[in-house]
Amino acid sequence: MIHSFKMNDMYGVIDTNSGLVHIVDEIIYDLLNEESYKSEKMLKNIYLKYGQDITDEAVSEINYLIENKMLYTEETVVGNKIKPAIKAMCLNMAHDCNLKCEYCFASQGDFKGEKSLMSFEVGKKAFDFLVKSSEKRVNLEVDFFGGEPLMNFDVIKQLVEYGRSLEKPYNKNFRFTITTNGVLLDDEKIDYINENMSNVVLSLDGRKSTNDRMRKTVNDKGSYDVIVKNFQNLIEKRGDKEYHARGTFTAYNLDFSEDIKHMRELGFKNISVEPVVAKPEEKYALLDEHVEQLKQEYEELAKFYVEARKDSNKEFNFFHFNIDLEGGPCVYKRSIGCGAGTEYVAVTPEGDYYPCHQFVGEKEFIIGNVDEGVTEVEVVNKFKDVSVNDKPTCNKCWAKYFCSGGCHANAYNFNKDFKIPYEVGCELQKKRVECSIMIKSKLEN
Amino acid sequence: MIHIKTLNKTKLTDNVNVKGCGECQTSCQSACKTSCTVGNQKCENK
Repeated sequence: MIHSFKMNDMYGVIDTNSGLVHIVDEIIYDLLNEESYKSEKMLKNIYLKYGQDITDEAVSEINYLIENKMLYTEETVVGNKIKPAIKAMCLNMAHDCNLKCEYCFASQGDFKGEKSLMSFEVGKKAFDFLVKSSEKRVNLEVDFFGGEPLMNFDVIKQLVEYGRSLEKPYNKNFRFTITTNGVLLDDEKIDYINENMSNVVLSLDGRKSTNDRMRKTVNDKGSYDVIVKNFQNLIEKRGDKEYHARGTFTAYNLDFSEDIKHMRELGFKNISVEPVVAKPEEKYALLDEHVEQLKQEYEELAKFYVEARKDSNKEFNFFHFNIDLEGGPCVYKRSIGCGAGTEYVAVTPEGDYYPCHQFVGEKEFIIGNVDEGVTEVEVVNKFKDVSVNDKPTCNKCWAKYFCSGGCHANAYNFNKDFKIPYEVGCELQKKRVECSIMIKSKLEN
Repeated sequence: MIHIKTLNKTKLTDNVNVKGCGECQTSCQSACKTSCTVGNQKCENK
């Protein structure tokens, strides 16, 4: 399987099963289109356009790639070598929030339940479970999440200390991250976060008008003026440590590239802005009718990005345009999907385990709790047979080893079936892959 | 090659016997939380 595309005066060809990416000229692009290089009738048209000598030369290059398993490579079935072991956790430190964002999948922080904070005892039991369930895995990931986790800051500090105490005895390496809306950030919290968190995710949607339309305070005021200065203070003190200013775009800001540019102007150099996850009946949901405009928006952003990356004063990093063609994840990792329920769980303040943060509050998805461990094997099994090659649509898709099958919650929200991916998400993901390759090609030149 | 430039040297299927350690980051633990972007994760098995 191959995929060829044209963008910004560049022709790209992706060989799905080998993962190789070829930058080609127009004649190769034409020859691969509908496999013209194989058809005498179609070749005649190519001869007319380019001449026979050049055409024959190009065909011989195509044949070389095919013979060396670099084009139209057959699928190599590798099986599931990575044994499921839960080694990543999203700790919902607070089912409460000091903002009430309209699109919040957590129902403005309480996940459709009572407002609550996680106790140290619940978090401690969750860490004990994580150490045990991760078996031989060394790297453990814990994201302090919510609601708004800074509403429970003292317990976060206790848990970080407890996690560190487990590292030597059990040969583990805890990587802590925190996702915050920024309202409660002060110098003390900023210094603590910068010292102890390997990554920090700062929620900001971009322009003031975009941000304040969705990310409102409990008094219906915008949050932009409060959070931007707090985030700027944090990144100024953070040095080279990892952070991401992370936004969500919706049907209200289809011109989201302007929000990304604005975030850059505010001084944020690591930016991640993603499409909203929402049920289709929501006014802000992204639907089929938005796809073409959004693809164009990504393409324009990608062109802007190429120029920005050439200028050290304007340079920034857009998370979804990163692509590692040499040192990226192995084919096993690319096959198994996001790991929800099998490598990753979300923990509520009450101590319930869910397959991921997106399912919290949907009680039929509870898979266990901090006292009994994982008990609902049937629910977990639903997340085991959803590797990218288990999904008929994905199995035939050229981008399958870039997205690994997409978000289960999106598939469930839109199709009530983990094996049917959310099509809007697929289209946008494919466009991002094309953009990433175009960018890589242009910057290598 | 005159008409084709290959950007990467390593195939997904190279060295599969030493891959699959499972140490790499869970995709939703990075900066996404929704889009299962796996292609930009780092390999920890160096």
